[in-house]
Amino acid sequence: MNYRLLWRKTVNNIMLALTGVCALVTVAILFFILGYLVWNGGRDINWAFLTQLPKPVGETGGGMANAIVGSAKLLLVAALVGIPVGFIGGVYLSEFGGSAFPAVVRYTADLLNGVPSIVMGIFAYTVVVLPMHHFSALAGGLALGVMLIPIVLRTTEEFLRAVPQSLREGALALGANKWRAISSVVIPAAFRGIATGMLLSLARVAGETAPLLFTSFGNRFWSHGFNEATSSLPVMIYTYAISAYEDWHRQAWAAGLVLLALVLVANIGARVILARRQSPARG
Amino acid sequence: MSGSTVLVHGSLGGSGIPSTPGRARRWVRRLTSGDEIAHLITLIFAASIFLVTVLLVFELYRNSALPRHKFGWNFFVTSTWDPVAENFGALPFIYGTVVTSILALLIAVPLGVGGAIFLSELAPPRISDALTFVIELLAAVPSVIYGVLGVFVLVPLLRNYGEPVLKSTLGFLPLFQGPMYGVGFLAAGLVLAIMVVPFILSVSREVLLAVPLDQREAALALGATRWETTWKVVVPYARSGIFGSVFLALARALGETMAVTMVIGNDPKVAASLFAPGYSIAAVIANEFTEATGDLYTQALIELGLVLFILTFILNGLARLLILATTARGSEHA
Amino acid sequence: MGGSATRTVMAPVPQPDKAGEAVPATKPGGPKIAVRSLNFYYGPRQILFDINLSVAEKKITALIGPSGCGKSTFLRTLNRMYETVPRARAEGELLLDGEEMLGMDVAALRRRVGMVFQKSNPFPKSIFENVAYGLRVNGHEPGKRLADLVEHSLRRAALWDEVKDHLHKSAHALSGGQQQRLCIARGLAVDPEVLLLDEPCSALDPIATAKIEELLFTLKDSCTIVIVTHNMQQAARVAEFTGFFLLGKLIEFNESRVIFKNPSRKETEDYITGRFG
Repeated sequence: MNYRLLWRKTVNNIMLALTGVCALVTVAILFFILGYLVWNGGRDINWAFLTQLPKPVGETGGGMANAIVGSAKLLLVAALVGIPVGFIGGVYLSEFGGSAFPAVVRYTADLLNGVPSIVMGIFAYTVVVLPMHHFSALAGGLALGVMLIPIVLRTTEEFLRAVPQSLREGALALGANKWRAISSVVIPAAFRGIATGMLLSLARVAGETAPLLFTSFGNRFWSHGFNEATSSLPVMIYTYAISAYEDWHRQAWAAGLVLLALVLVANIGARVILARRQSPARG
Repeated sequence: MSGSTVLVHGSLGGSGIPSTPGRARRWVRRLTSGDEIAHLITLIFAASIFLVTVLLVFELYRNSALPRHKFGWNFFVTSTWDPVAENFGALPFIYGTVVTSILALLIAVPLGVGGAIFLSELAPPRISDALTFVIELLAAVPSVIYGVLGVFVLVPLLRNYGEPVLKSTLGFLPLFQGPMYGVGFLAAGLVLAIMVVPFILSVSREVLLAVPLDQREAALALGATRWETTWKVVVPYARSGIFGSVFLALARALGETMAVTMVIGNDPKVAASLFAPGYSIAAVIANEFTEATGDLYTQALIELGLVLFILTFILNGLARLLILATTARGSEHA
Repeated sequence: MGGSATRTVMAPVPQPDKAGEAVPATKPGGPKIAVRSLNFYYGPRQILFDINLSVAEKKITALIGPSGCGKSTFLRTLNRMYETVPRARAEGELLLDGEEMLGMDVAALRRRVGMVFQKSNPFPKSIFENVAYGLRVNGHEPGKRLADLVEHSLRRAALWDEVKDHLHKSAHALSGGQQQRLCIARGLAVDPEVLLLDEPCSALDPIATAKIEELLFTLKDSCTIVIVTHNMQQAARVAEFTGFFLLGKLIEFNESRVIFKNPSRKETEDYITGRFG
């Protein structure tokens, strides 16, 4: 047997194994996280936990109902701010733009995407909290909303571009003007992808903590409307986890499990929906 | 009716200046027919993205005026952070950010690139797709959850097992000396590594997959093994894209806030040992912003935010250029 | 192909090398579409050179020529589809019933001049919605029900019997030939005066092709047809008039039987006999 060839084959197999280990380690981390959260947080999730307000410091029990509702409020504001801008901007980039200005928009969207979330929080602080002199769900929602914009923009543009030009031409040839063709043929054709992109972007910002720390801040009680400091799931997890109380630690695990479950369900759901739309047209 | 030659320009969305009354009337009709309005509205929304970004930079700059005027460039080399005396220096935070990020990359790059190689070149497609799916889910896990695991799992592990082992084996290095709290640069670096690996892996994988098939086939046809093809042909071809993914990961690591805050120890000091508690830019902003008394304090934190913004801006820009370079080369060959 | 007994009396069809011969515009029996001195450019590159051609009303006109000769580009000037490309430019006269096409509202033009594309492109909607699309966009006579109009179009396209029980199924569930007939039905729904077909059968098998050719015979009584085809036998079978394009120029245009039996230009003869292309 040729020793050099044997050596090369051995190296090949070793590297196959090594790189496989790298991939497996990465995957194992996810399962470890999930497992630990389920293990530690699972037993503390009950109906009371999901529907009650936090108890005063030192007392055991209580729940995170206000955190769940608070997060929902923040996501609502964020969606109202970020989704229309991202979506319509995406329509512009895909259907209307020339070459110079769209390139600028894409570049700034990428730039915005790379901004650390805590800097986004500073931005919302200077623009909303400072003038209003208090924390609010509006400020937190704005920070999250601006983070939504680049993601929604990119997925909208991507899925619109994927619609074949022949569909646009078919609509134009029937006498539709450009906007009619876009709104009645192109956007519906791309809709599934665009919608899942929006869902994924919401899931991503739902887990953000840093931008909320000094915008919506936190609240141990219900917040009324959108003009008060608001509790939120990630901030609550953070506050409880770094506290000194054992009971709060347990609640942090439980809340972490809830948050992670929501995020993962949204992500997996989105990917499943996207995968299904790949089924080829018959005929 | 027109009897002479008519010059008309085919156009996409823009309209030229109408030159005769008839054409002007038609232009106005087009304007109100919906196309031009749609163009205008969508353009306004797209432009607002640009405006928001400009506003962001402006606000960061405007609201950091006080410390910029008071400290100037000294801000970046002073290591005292004394809110009481109103003396602020950014060095400990810059140091902590850089150290933890480098440590994170040292761990995450081999893991991520190795895993990417496995998933793109060596693994059967179904396994590759399944594992990639899981790894991309990892990228969706919120930072605070990594932080919770860091605080309750990693830190005790380090304090009780990890750091003692390192100290006993590598304790001659100043990196592994000093008291072992569990929290510190090492913990933060490890958590960051875990958070950043999925990014490196998935971007590198895509970059490797974009290498044209004919490159691989050429090598294989010459009798190279799978590994040799990968290591000597595919990876070098994708090298700039892989660097791009590393830069992206670095940018992400620099801005990472929650997980780092929870395990770095929150001590604004420059220290040589990885066991020592430290601080990062994002962590100090997160911790002290709401307690900052006085404008100078707050604005010093905002100036730190500006620094972070500029750093990530540069890194992201470089990263995208590099990734673009690889995929562009790939499509030249296709 | 019909016999010469049904030949319509009309103004002489201008030959391309007799420049400047005017075609009366709105004279009854005049051409449906008149093209004079058409030059077409993509940016600085010229694609079509001085095209002069008349399309007779309610007849089938075929355009043949080798790949890249410009026949499809020419077809797309007739409904101004080239306007979707940024640097495309048409110069010259394009008259529909004597009216200048380049000055018309483009949506109104495209309602009167419809197009069927080479590869069928049904919308990802139901069969019904595909046919109804043009009607919804352009509006239809208030007296008629949408469903009736859809059925009428599907019958004209010889597709009704095959889909009448499945109108709300996705258009993508149809076979290739059916999808193309659906696209024809969709184009017919707005009752165009002219229907442009760009190699409609090139992606279809012979049986589906035969169905579509049969369909074109029945359609021409109500609709002027211009068809681009790379299949000479198809042009000879189906069309009364044929134009031969080469390298962006219209080499010869005449009744089909003249073109195919007795062409007056050598290039035409070479192409027909297969010496190139």
